Amino acid sequence: MTALHPKAVLENAARRTPAPLARRVRGLSDRALAWLFITPTIVLLLAVNIFPLLWTVRLSFTNYRANRPNATVSGVGIDNYVSVLTDPDVWAAMQATAHFLFWTILLQTLLGFMLAYLIDRRFRGHGFWTTVILIPMMLSPAVVGNFWAFLYQPQIGLFNYAVAFFTGIPPSSFEMIGSVNLAPWSIIIVDTWMWTPYVMLICLAGLRSIPEYIYEAAEVDRASKWRQFWSITLPMALPFIMLAVLFRGIENFKMFDMVNLLTSGGPGSTTELASITLKREAFEKWRTGYSSAFAIILFVTVFGLANIYVKALNRVKNR
Amino acid sequence: MPGISHAHSVVEPSPLYKRVAGVLVVLYAVLTMAPLAWIFLTGFKSAPDSIAYPPKIVFTPSTEGYCNLFTTRSRQTPEYIAQLPPVAGVCDAHARGNNMVVVGSSNYPPRFINSLIIAFGSTALSVVLGVTAAYAFSRFRVPGKDDLLFFILSTRMMPPIAVAIPIYLMYREVGLSDTRLGMILLYTAVNVSLAVWLLKGFIDEIPREYEEAALIDGYTRLQAFFKVVLPQATTGIVATAIFCLIFAWNEYAFAVLLTSGEAQTAPPFIPIIIGEGGQDWPAVAAGSTLFLLPILVFTVLLRKHLLRGITFGALRK
Repeated sequence: MTALHPKAVLENAARRTPAPLARRVRGLSDRALAWLFITPTIVLLLAVNIFPLLWTVRLSFTNYRANRPNATVSGVGIDNYVSVLTDPDVWAAMQATAHFLFWTILLQTLLGFMLAYLIDRRFRGHGFWTTVILIPMMLSPAVVGNFWAFLYQPQIGLFNYAVAFFTGIPPSSFEMIGSVNLAPWSIIIVDTWMWTPYVMLICLAGLRSIPEYIYEAAEVDRASKWRQFWSITLPMALPFIMLAVLFRGIENFKMFDMVNLLTSGGPGSTTELASITLKREAFEKWRTGYSSAFAIILFVTVFGLANIYVKALNRVKNR
Repeated sequence: MPGISHAHSVVEPSPLYKRVAGVLVVLYAVLTMAPLAWIFLTGFKSAPDSIAYPPKIVFTPSTEGYCNLFTTRSRQTPEYIAQLPPVAGVCDAHARGNNMVVVGSSNYPPRFINSLIIAFGSTALSVVLGVTAAYAFSRFRVPGKDDLLFFILSTRMMPPIAVAIPIYLMYREVGLSDTRLGMILLYTAVNVSLAVWLLKGFIDEIPREYEEAALIDGYTRLQAFFKVVLPQATTGIVATAIFCLIFAWNEYAFAVLLTSGEAQTAPPFIPIIIGEGGQDWPAVAAGSTLFLLPILVFTVLLRKHLLRGITFGALRK
């Protein structure tokens, strides 16, 4: 090893460097500090998320019932999974969830994008009105769901009154929450009211990320506004729209609070989404083993869908 | 573009177009605010006004809803009420007008205080855990960093009800059922994923040179973290804290399944405020208004960081 070898030069320099840099080693090493900083978070997540998850997996293979802690528990193999997957109630819940997901995402994406597009015209006071529009998504879904039950009251409710005012239908002639046909729409309307601003905000970021020079170039090429929208605006905002759809999809797949308070799954089971069925099985019928299996299936589903979606999203982004 | 007037830009929308866009957005904003305005108004209605047809927009304001929110009352005979000492206060007067007497305060204040304690407690804990972990992920070479970060995020994807089943059993075993500590730990576990992801983004934006300068000046890493990084990250920490606060404040699923009295927060309590013959809507509206108001303030404070918060730091302005 010659004296001019780069490594040796560095080592030599390091040895001769006076106090300040040497003090780095004083106190904790970076490595120790890294673990000291990360471990508490990981331990908490393991204790409050992963350990319970593993417990759920174990319970899902038993006939345990949480309201009878002293009864003998026996393993039932994959019976719980079989009965969940062959349970018509579960499939009805999945169907209700799919209906809810499809319409909420469709309406929120359309409305949210339109709003973002309008706000991006930068009219006077657009900042203030954007903040106003954002308010519903910040509120407690439970409190909001509960209050919408009041707005949906036939006859006295504001919603029915407003519909009657604009269409002329008598306000007591329809019940949003009480009727089998309208109840699924009652939860879609509230969810859209709450979460359109969310999609709008993400779309707005997408629109603002498009550099102006692209439009300027399009103007020079005399592309019509219509053409500009379809060839520039929409494709460039698409990854953002998809991100919004991903987040809304995951959140609404788990939907519980707002719907539980607005319709609690009724009438019948027309608005009984997956989470609500799960709550019934776990905390009303106390079929802990069965509901654990259901919970695992839901978790795997949401996780799988999210993974597939993220891959698709990356493909769009990298295009 | 300094020097170039916007009016001459080819991409600037025409004034008419702008005005139409403005009108449509304002229309939407007004429409979307109507339900909230209705909650606010209903809180100041008397019971008959709250269920009048057609719905009353103009009415004589009453404090009855707020009185009912904060008191419990019991029905008495008119003879009994007649021999009582003179009315003390507004709420007493309201109660006596309905042939009732105020017998005590309601459960709303303790539930509200539970919400405050649990929200602030879990926020403080999430931010402390989040900022340290985020710093480590941002600055150090952590083996399996991407996997750990993804693991942290994935815990947020679990449906709350699915998590609640084992948590319910676990808390029953260790005596954390219906305790504030149990709820604080639970909300911290949910929020810490958001805190780590958001704060990592904020810390990534602080130039490393600041710390390196501090290290050369003889600070230890830990000192540099406290004296250089934390002050630089203040905005990010505050924004993250508000997001955690809002989540914990709004949370319902865990609260309704895991608490029943002692540690119950306001969201599961407000819907069960009932008067004689069904829900007491003015009281529910009053309770909702007081509960939603802080969030309104926070939304305004947060507006610059909202996008970042709702996308786990994936998007920034």
